[in-house]
Amino acid sequence: MLSHVNISLESLNIATLVPMLIPIVGALFILVLDLFKKDQRKSMYVMLSLLFVMLDFGSLIDSSIDFNTNGTILGYFDMMLVDGLALLGQFIIVGASILFIPLALTSKRFHEFSYPEFFALFLFMISGFQFMVATDNLILIFIGLEMASLALYTLIALHNRSKSFEAAVKYFTMGALAAGFFAFGSMVLYALTGSVEIHQMAAVFNADEFANLPFILVGVVFLLAALGFKVSLVPFHTWAPDVYEGASASMAGYMSIVPKIAGFVVVMRMFEFLIHSGVVWLNVVLYAIVIVTMTAANIWALVQSDVKRMLAYSSISHAGFVMAAILIGTTQANSALFLYWILFTFTNLGAFSMLWISRQKNLAAGQSSDHSYNKFAGLIKVAPISATIMALFMLSLAGLPPFALFWGKIYMISAAVSSGYVVLALIMALNSAIAGYYYLKLIIYMFMKEPEIDIESKVYTMNSSVSLRTIIGIAAVGTVFASIVVNPLIEFITAFVYNSGY
Amino acid sequence: MLDHILSLLIFFPAIAAIMGFVVHKESAKAFGVAVSVIEFVISLYLWFAFDTNVSGMQFMENISVVPAFGINYLVGIDGISLFIIIMASFFTMIGIASLGDMKKIKNLVITLLFLQMTMVGVFAALDAILFYVFWELSLVPMLYIIGAWGGPLRIYASVKFFLYTFTGSLVMLVGMLFMAFLYNQATGVWSFSILEWYRLILPLNYQLWLFAAFFIGFAIKVPMFPFHTWLPYAHGQAPTIGSVILAAVLLKMGTYAFIRFSLPMFPDAAAFFMFPIAVIAIIMIIYTAMVAYAQEDIKQVVAYSSISHMGVIILGTFALNVEGITGSVFLMIGHGIVSGALFFLVGVIYDRRHTKMMSEFGGLASVMPRYATIFGIMMMASVGLPLLVNFVGEFLSLLGFYNQSHIATLLAGTAIIVGAIYMLSSYKRAFFGEVTNEANRKLPDVNSRELLALIPLTIIAVWLGVYPKPLLDPINSSVKSVVMLMHEKAITPEGKSRIPSLENKVTTQTSEAEVK
Repeated sequence: MLSHVNISLESLNIATLVPMLIPIVGALFILVLDLFKKDQRKSMYVMLSLLFVMLDFGSLIDSSIDFNTNGTILGYFDMMLVDGLALLGQFIIVGASILFIPLALTSKRFHEFSYPEFFALFLFMISGFQFMVATDNLILIFIGLEMASLALYTLIALHNRSKSFEAAVKYFTMGALAAGFFAFGSMVLYALTGSVEIHQMAAVFNADEFANLPFILVGVVFLLAALGFKVSLVPFHTWAPDVYEGASASMAGYMSIVPKIAGFVVVMRMFEFLIHSGVVWLNVVLYAIVIVTMTAANIWALVQSDVKRMLAYSSISHAGFVMAAILIGTTQANSALFLYWILFTFTNLGAFSMLWISRQKNLAAGQSSDHSYNKFAGLIKVAPISATIMALFMLSLAGLPPFALFWGKIYMISAAVSSGYVVLALIMALNSAIAGYYYLKLIIYMFMKEPEIDIESKVYTMNSSVSLRTIIGIAAVGTVFASIVVNPLIEFITAFVYNSGY
Repeated sequence: MLDHILSLLIFFPAIAAIMGFVVHKESAKAFGVAVSVIEFVISLYLWFAFDTNVSGMQFMENISVVPAFGINYLVGIDGISLFIIIMASFFTMIGIASLGDMKKIKNLVITLLFLQMTMVGVFAALDAILFYVFWELSLVPMLYIIGAWGGPLRIYASVKFFLYTFTGSLVMLVGMLFMAFLYNQATGVWSFSILEWYRLILPLNYQLWLFAAFFIGFAIKVPMFPFHTWLPYAHGQAPTIGSVILAAVLLKMGTYAFIRFSLPMFPDAAAFFMFPIAVIAIIMIIYTAMVAYAQEDIKQVVAYSSISHMGVIILGTFALNVEGITGSVFLMIGHGIVSGALFFLVGVIYDRRHTKMMSEFGGLASVMPRYATIFGIMMMASVGLPLLVNFVGEFLSLLGFYNQSHIATLLAGTAIIVGAIYMLSSYKRAFFGEVTNEANRKLPDVNSRELLALIPLTIIAVWLGVYPKPLLDPINSSVKSVVMLMHEKAITPEGKSRIPSLENKVTTQTSEAEVK
């Protein structure tokens, strides 16, 4: 005979779920709308999704005000955990989505945007990522991860090019493997501790002083591998360049930002206690992964002949750079991670949007791929504004002051130096120098070479529309004038990270 | 106006450059000249308003940029930076004024104005991050100038230039962040202000590591042997205006940074590394002079001789006493004027013949007498003839180092004299004898546009050689306060003994007065 279960509605604290529910409601709304009134224009769906995502952003602001006054909020049987990390992660996820959706309003028609399902799936994906960061329950993380990933696989495949299917299948297979790893890793840790919540695991481990170390390491390694796939750490990065190449440029830009920040937040929750546990082996593994990811990805990026693949490797390298924050593990480092990623969002989304704006239907003679370097040769002559803006994003990615990523870089390197990782700081600095070469290569093609292949000049702004130009404008302004917002950002982020105990 | 004169100097050319996008390309040069003349007048006004009795920083401005991380917009100048700033605005002015018919001239003028912002910014910045921002930003316009208007190997040369400097300065950045961390440890607040850092006394091992980190950044920029390999390429491929600005101003950033950062912040490390660096400097002087002698390309001769003279500047800087540092600062200005003028002169002959090979020339003195005269004066200045500008600086630098080591000074001094051989012999090959090449027989002499740049440079070279006092006095008083600070801060016995305390300096000051 089951006893009564008394649950008051207040104890559920449904408010913690509101930010995730908004996109879900939005997605269902779009699907229902499609049932009743078919064949609507894409601009309607774009604006509708944008409205829902902005509503989502508004609810996040509301939660963060709540967090500022009341501290960390638990809800829904303590599954939801709304702390500073969760809020910062969601701000980046939802903010990047706001910047991404208008990129669908191209002046040329693209297959995928004609389906309302595209926008429904997109909203489901946002919700999935939000769940992933706003909990420390491994099961809910897993559900959020899969919900988002399955939607993302479909979004890539919808781009309807032969390479897109290849990309989607590749991503799906790798993602399935990662899911298996994640489930297995969680299982091992659950068997050891009897809990699926990270903070309780930490409590159990600390209480018995990491007695079952080999098993803990097995569990952690599997989880690290699973998350390594998601944030594309070497050697789990192999899908990234192919998938980026197959996906549309705007989607590739989105993938280089949003899934990764969700992954980083989970990794941060996971490793916060492990790094400080004194298990040397873990630090060594993480150290090695960070350095190999930064350096190897940089070297691969040097030899790419396609700008999009170069940017894919470059974003792997940036992921390795940011991963250093997890290794360092101080409040400054964790804040630097968020600062870096917010600034990276503007710059990288801008760079990918510049590729998106010049997307052709058919390749010109002598052009080997959609965004080969030689396509951009002599761009300064035919489209000086495009060339200048693209160069701006490249300089920012290279970490040249005073553009956006420079501030992220110095704050991160300073975090490394301040906690005694001077060698790591030097390696990070030298990697930035290596990276300088391939970003410079594009600038050289654009500014100093003569046009190599016969392309009409209108190709370079082929997809241009008011909304695309607006997004690129926002990204460019964010990149150039970052120095003004860095101080409030640092204060805001540090307060959030510090108050969540990281 | 005086409160913000440095900001005006820094950002006026940048704002003008942005407005320059609107100017029609046929008027671009006139616009550039107008802007740079105004800038030069402002910089002269700066000199006029400069109080020579004050040895510390003047015209300071301080605006918080990232207070949470201690980054400020902090600018100010002293006698050391004042004249380099004036020189930067002077060279931009005559550089733009003497531009010939070049393709995409509007882009070039805009780029030069942006470059001017970064140059003035580097020498006025008193916050390490602000310094770094301008230091790095100066690479981009120069990259574009070499890469877009250069010779056949221009892309290789520009990338090499960029990557070398970029790598070095990233190592320097790590050093800066570590320095800020140490300051934070000591005081509990973040600060990147150089003036605050001056007050920090560091243990020797920290000093050595930090000195090394900064050294890599600065030495590549100077460029010191063995990091000098980018410079001949950059000079060889750059257009005339690029070489002039590079040699006259950009290279001075490295030597200036030694005096602004390395010496006062790490006095013991500077004393510790004095002899290794002196050896490098002497190698630089002798080796690059020999390489210069072997060159067939007249521009490469000038480029290598320019590196060779940078060695003397380094030697003077690391004499660590008032004479040496004053001499090296003065030689920075002299070197800027002389090598800038020499690159202008090479550009003149290149415009006419489109070759820089010495074997193509010969007997030019009879065809282009005015050109040969100016070239002769500048070459004499370059080899350090008394009564010309470089002599004062070289003499003071060597005098300063003589107090530290007789043998090293003797070696360096002999090398400078021997170095005159290659300049004289290449001058002889190009200018004297019969006109062997028929193409040279009808060459027009320097025209008024070129004289516009060359005459002022010649006048300055002679004026400062005969009467250097107006510059030496302010430099001297600022250098004195630097040396005083270094002596007070030094903690090791070696540092204390190498860096003189200024009480004993009374005698040498009188001898300095005799030099003047």
